[in-house]
Amino acid sequence: MISLKNVHKSYVTGSNSLHVLKGIDLEIQKGEFVSIMGSSGSGKSTLLNILGILDNYDDGAYYLNGSLVKDMSEKKAAQLRNELVGFVFQSFNLISFKNAMENVALPLYYQGVNRKKRNKIALEYLDKVGLLDWAEHLPNEMSGGQKQRVAIARSLISQPKIIFADEPTGALDTTTSYEVMEILKEINAGGITVILVTHEHDIAAMTQKIVRLKDGRIDQIIKNGDLKHFQHQYAKELETA
Amino acid sequence: MFDIDKWQEIFATIKKNKMRTFLTGFSVAWGIFMLMILLGSGNGLSNGVSENFMRDAVNAMWLWSGRTSIPYQGLKEGRDIRFTNADYDVLKDLEGIEYTSGRYYIGGNKFSYGNEYGEYTAITCHPDLREVENIEIVEGRFINQVDINETRKSVVLGKDIYDALFKNKNAIGEYVRVNNIPFKVVGICKEGGGTRHRNAYIPVSTGQKVFNGSNRLHNFALTINATTLEESQAIEQRVRETLARKHKFEASDESAMGSYNKLEDVIQTMKIFQAIKIFIWIIGTGTLIAGVVGVSNIMLIVVKERTKEIGIRKAIGASPSSVIGLVLLESILITTVAGYIGLVMGTGLMELINLVVEKQYEISAATNGGNGETIFRNPTVDLGVAMTATLLLVVAGAIAGYIPAKRAARIKPIEALRDE
Repeated sequence: MISLKNVHKSYVTGSNSLHVLKGIDLEIQKGEFVSIMGSSGSGKSTLLNILGILDNYDDGAYYLNGSLVKDMSEKKAAQLRNELVGFVFQSFNLISFKNAMENVALPLYYQGVNRKKRNKIALEYLDKVGLLDWAEHLPNEMSGGQKQRVAIARSLISQPKIIFADEPTGALDTTTSYEVMEILKEINAGGITVILVTHEHDIAAMTQKIVRLKDGRIDQIIKNGDLKHFQHQYAKELETA
Repeated sequence: MFDIDKWQEIFATIKKNKMRTFLTGFSVAWGIFMLMILLGSGNGLSNGVSENFMRDAVNAMWLWSGRTSIPYQGLKEGRDIRFTNADYDVLKDLEGIEYTSGRYYIGGNKFSYGNEYGEYTAITCHPDLREVENIEIVEGRFINQVDINETRKSVVLGKDIYDALFKNKNAIGEYVRVNNIPFKVVGICKEGGGTRHRNAYIPVSTGQKVFNGSNRLHNFALTINATTLEESQAIEQRVRETLARKHKFEASDESAMGSYNKLEDVIQTMKIFQAIKIFIWIIGTGTLIAGVVGVSNIMLIVVKERTKEIGIRKAIGASPSSVIGLVLLESILITTVAGYIGLVMGTGLMELINLVVEKQYEISAATNGGNGETIFRNPTVDLGVAMTATLLLVVAGAIAGYIPAKRAARIKPIEALRDE
């Protein structure tokens, strides 16, 4: 599904060049539930943005669903994003002047689905995340958890193969965080690959595979079975810190 | 372009961003509105003044005899110059002259009919005077060549005289006494553009015969065939030289023979108006530029404000062209509608002013017997100009929106998303 080979990325600001990703090799199979972890500045968000074709990379190769993603035209990238992936952001990124239903329906607008039909589908997805009664509300009338659920419904409506979530629980309290994670788990159970970025270990522990980044390189990949061990190690880390 | 879904999306965006829509629209509507008022006022002023000018034929010229002030060929100054019928014959056939009429002054013009009487001016003339002074016949006819040839005692009464003497009774064929001599009324007239119609016209030959004028004439009214200032001055010069040679005075001696060339005046005034028009256009262009800058500014800000929205749209699969299309169509729609509103409001206000001015004109016309005084008439703007100005603002808004929209659509969505 996803294959990264020696991917490099640096940000140039003025005369300074910041080498963020220093050769990432990563394979993610269809149906996996992966979290990317790392301290701030480790390049985890950058990696997710490259995976989601929201950003480009400098060197290496990235194969998404078998095709090489490199120097892609914005038009082609937009098409791929629309068909293949869905996004969930920390800051929700809902369009403020559209109500919940319209926000959810927007990806279908870009697939050319007519208004009536896409609004109907949007209501179905809002129902799935338990927000049917909030369909006519604007984002600023909703709580963070509700907004994130709207965003999830929006990411699902185009029936993507992969969901990318950048700190989906970063702006939420623990209870709503867990609710959101439950929804993401359900999505994953439905066969959709879910890749999320987080710095919270308890959130990461709910996934099947943890990719730990350190200084732009993959430090550690922890599989499902090792999670207990990981949690233990994390606890120890906390103690020493 | 005619994708209903796309328009629904645009209308939804407009409806939910009322302030933004209003500001964009207002800058366009205001620009067009001001332009309409400015150009309309300029046109109104120009129309009003040129209408005042059109009262006599614009190419009219008047000559009158006087006393020489410069010695000429051994003749002393202070000689009286006397025009005669022979001068009329010379002028009539002079190159560049269209219509000619001579006049012999008759004094003490007491008009009476039955028990009604009054003091009015009887002007002796040739039939051509009608063309020179734009005399309008209300009833009957003007003096004709047969009147001249047969020295008929015919008179064409001004409307005011008719009103005073006849009080709406039939006048044609009746006899009016002018200085106690009966004249047959052949017509009733209004002076072209004049406010009063207190002149009566009688054949010049009759005037000379009845009032002891022999072949004497006092002045001439002409129209000349010229379109430029140079031409009209050349004709005036030719007339002066011809008569000067005949009557032996210095051609430049204004006191021997006075002349007034209206075309010269008209051309000069029109030049001033040309200058005013240019001035108005400069201000208009300035207004338009201010409008363009305003629209561009707002569009820049609007697109900047929408950068994040554009990022979101791109993240969920909007192609760059669809994003640009959305922004552009919205801006074009708003500016076009607003431009139209400005156009309608500007035209509406000008029409309202026009209505008031016309009313005023009618009132003054009623008190002045049919001819009102005004310097402001028909303050309307050429539709083509208004449309062009609107189009210019729409295009400016579109360009100003296009550049940042294109940039926002081109950058990586993650950069657009980071924009706050």
